[in-house]
Amino acid sequence: MAEFRLPKNSRIKKGKHFAAANGSSNTRTYAVYRYDPDSGENPRVDTYEIDMDNCGPMVLDALIKIKNEIDPTLTFRRSCREGICGSCAMNIDGGNTLACTRANDEVKGDVKIYPLPHMPVVKDLVTDLTNFYAQYASIKPWLQSRTPPPPDQERLQSKEDQELINEPAACILCACCSTSCPSYWWNSDRYLGPAALLAAYRWLVDSRDEATGERLDELEDPFRLYRCHTIMNCTQTCPKGLNPAQAIAETKKMLAERKY
Amino acid sequence: MNNHDRPLSPHISIYRWPVTMVTSILHRATGIAMAAGFIVLVGWLFDAASGPEVYAKFLGVMNSTLGWILLVGWSYAFFYHLSNGIRHLVWDTGRGLEKEQATASAWFVIVASIVLTAAFWWVAS
Repeated sequence: MAEFRLPKNSRIKKGKHFAAANGSSNTRTYAVYRYDPDSGENPRVDTYEIDMDNCGPMVLDALIKIKNEIDPTLTFRRSCREGICGSCAMNIDGGNTLACTRANDEVKGDVKIYPLPHMPVVKDLVTDLTNFYAQYASIKPWLQSRTPPPPDQERLQSKEDQELINEPAACILCACCSTSCPSYWWNSDRYLGPAALLAAYRWLVDSRDEATGERLDELEDPFRLYRCHTIMNCTQTCPKGLNPAQAIAETKKMLAERKY
Repeated sequence: MNNHDRPLSPHISIYRWPVTMVTSILHRATGIAMAAGFIVLVGWLFDAASGPEVYAKFLGVMNSTLGWILLVGWSYAFFYHLSNGIRHLVWDTGRGLEKEQATASAWFVIVASIVLTAAFWWVAS
């Protein structure tokens, strides 16, 4: 059910302010969500003034600068810093994206940084993605076939068939889309969310997969698939420019078409 | 570590609404508003069947400023829900779901619903 207010232990308190070092003229304020599980205190938003003359171009550079030079307790996930691992997914300037591919200059005014929305927070910007990964596993993201493969070669595809899975297979599972979706906010216990549904579609249209019927059976459910109300936040926010909404619409079409 | 002790990250209070999110919640809101409007529609028929005195009373209420605001609101709800409903029908065929298309059609529906409501009242009065 839609619960608009945050639970008592999640309401955000005012945090600390870290002023810029003397002498820097080109500063910018970063407001960052903080939560320390060891303190037992509510989350807060700390503000950091950063010297932009000595900072890399991306929001991730600013976060690393804060951690290195101002506050080593700041915790966030990051790895590849080139938009392919999906670790640094977070809410920046009100939208979900990857900190490593969002430029500081793209944000107007103070840079507000929160964890991915409506998720359990482990620490600071790190959220618990257990449920998200379990939903991905539930769509059985692997090739299912009954017929034996050709004895002398791999299961081949035509170029056209390969093109069908190119885009959905480019998903990096950063969870930006699912955690942008109000339907997922209110029903993530039963609704699979755009990321898992995009992955499901990737196997539905794979010419080599032979479990299309079973896959559709699993999805035909008022919650798992049909909680998608085409709000479009997933497609609007995807940092890889993918289109989960389109994939979900195509899946709904496949379900409608097999009935008649 | 107990999972249930973890705080929930903020969501609707910090998310920046794309226009497509606005049109989505408006679709639901106008649907609910129309459902309420249909109760009044039934009341209108009921009062009309109950004789001229009762009907005159109904007209009195509906001709008040508040009544007029409600009627304009309900007509807007109807035209918005209709326009956006057509948008949803197109989406159901798998078309118009690119980011730019969905954003453009959201603005189109918002403008169209206002124009249709204005046109309706211009013709009606």
